[in-house]
Amino acid sequence: MALEIEIARKAFPLASGGERVIFGGISLSVAEGAVVALLGPSGCGKSTLLRIVAGLDHAFAGTVRNDARTIGMAFQEPRLLPWRTIADNLRLAAPALTDAGMREWLAAFELAGHEGDVPGQLSLGLARRAALARAFAVGPDLLLLDEPFASLDRALHRRLRDLLAARIDDEKSTARKITALIATHDIDDALLLADEVIFLGGAPARILGRLPIAAPRGARDEELTNLRRLAARFQVIGAPENAKSEHA
Amino acid sequence: MTRILSLGLFLALWQIGAWSFGPHYLPTPLAVGSTVLAEARTGDLGFNLGATLARVLAGFTLAMVAGSLIGLALGRNEALDRLLDPWLVIVLNTPALVVIMFAYIWGGLNEISALAAITLNKLPSAVVTVREGARALDPGLDEMARVFAFSRWRRWRHVLAPQLAPFFAAAARGGLALVWKIVLVVELLGRPNGVGFKMNEAFQLFDLKLLLAYALPFVALMVLAETFVLRPAEHAASWWRRYGA
Repeated sequence: MALEIEIARKAFPLASGGERVIFGGISLSVAEGAVVALLGPSGCGKSTLLRIVAGLDHAFAGTVRNDARTIGMAFQEPRLLPWRTIADNLRLAAPALTDAGMREWLAAFELAGHEGDVPGQLSLGLARRAALARAFAVGPDLLLLDEPFASLDRALHRRLRDLLAARIDDEKSTARKITALIATHDIDDALLLADEVIFLGGAPARILGRLPIAAPRGARDEELTNLRRLAARFQVIGAPENAKSEHA
Repeated sequence: MTRILSLGLFLALWQIGAWSFGPHYLPTPLAVGSTVLAEARTGDLGFNLGATLARVLAGFTLAMVAGSLIGLALGRNEALDRLLDPWLVIVLNTPALVVIMFAYIWGGLNEISALAAITLNKLPSAVVTVREGARALDPGLDEMARVFAFSRWRRWRHVLAPQLAPFFAAAARGGLALVWKIVLVVELLGRPNGVGFKMNEAFQLFDLKLLLAYALPFVALMVLAETFVLRPAEHAASWWRRYGA
């Protein structure tokens, strides 16, 4: 499914009165089956964009054409039901999930053995994996991932990123077309996961540039330095000092 | 173990008190015990205890159901809350006695007036507690349920009810203690049976043995309900918190 986003204006009221304009005219179309990374500094409006696409925020001027039947979403926090086991959390979101399907998704995110645990028993890394497994388990045609690796240690971050890249490739190899939007502030996440990186920045946020990446996900590690150089054209991001002044 | 010791100490102090003040001021535990047995044998105790218990259960159930519904509505709807909050404060601060008297004067000395008075007295505190629960609902989980297209029933059963359960349990626990005290006053003022009615009779006769013979079994019953029903229910309502979520 394709995605057409046209936001003329989106603003949040401020506690002090007045408002902060997040988007003052932004348009974006995502082709069916594309994996797109939204890359920008924290607070630039990536989450807001995902929430608008997910249909959670209607208070904006503009239109979003989104004919996804099933959305799988991973929020910045895991947002699992703390009073249900991991298996039940998956099953509640994906009622059609078979037992075999359940085992498959738990195994895919290395959660085997944790299906009977409640979220409070899990570390943050495990809880994030469970949230990702839930997003995939619903069999989405649109996948929305909001900072899927935030606040994880670096080793876990890398492993989870590799897991996610493998799952995206697996899904793409099937007949189903899964369109994905991944919001991240980490340039390597964007370069390693996406078919196209969209650079966001400024206040109100605008699209600073788009970088398509043709190389297969599995073979990008060696090319990362090259990709980073390409990305530097749009840059702001990746150079934290710039990003900060841009944000301020 | 400590509880049993504590109860034993209480009985001992009571006995010492009875000895030093004399039976006109404080009957001995044994005398009260034999009055309880005598009243039980005539069937009076069971009948009046039953009548009071039925009123407690009916009033408690009505107040919990109505209070929960109103509390949920107020917690979810800010405009309604602003409109009705002053009323709530007024009812909350009206003495139970005033409500009971009005109920009897308007509705007559009958069972319906009694029940209305009991329910109205308990209602506002149930509303306030459940309203807190409705306000404290996690918007993040609500969004999750919307994105994953949870059905209405599924959202209620798995997302909302578990969040509200501790508040329902707290309202119930606080409610029972309040309701049974109010029921006694309601009975004392205008009912021909029940523990409150018997207490009034005992008071007229200055019969401390009879007073205690009705008070103690009823207190014991309420303590049992609290210990074996309501406290476990409250504990069960938030079992998952013990995993430090």
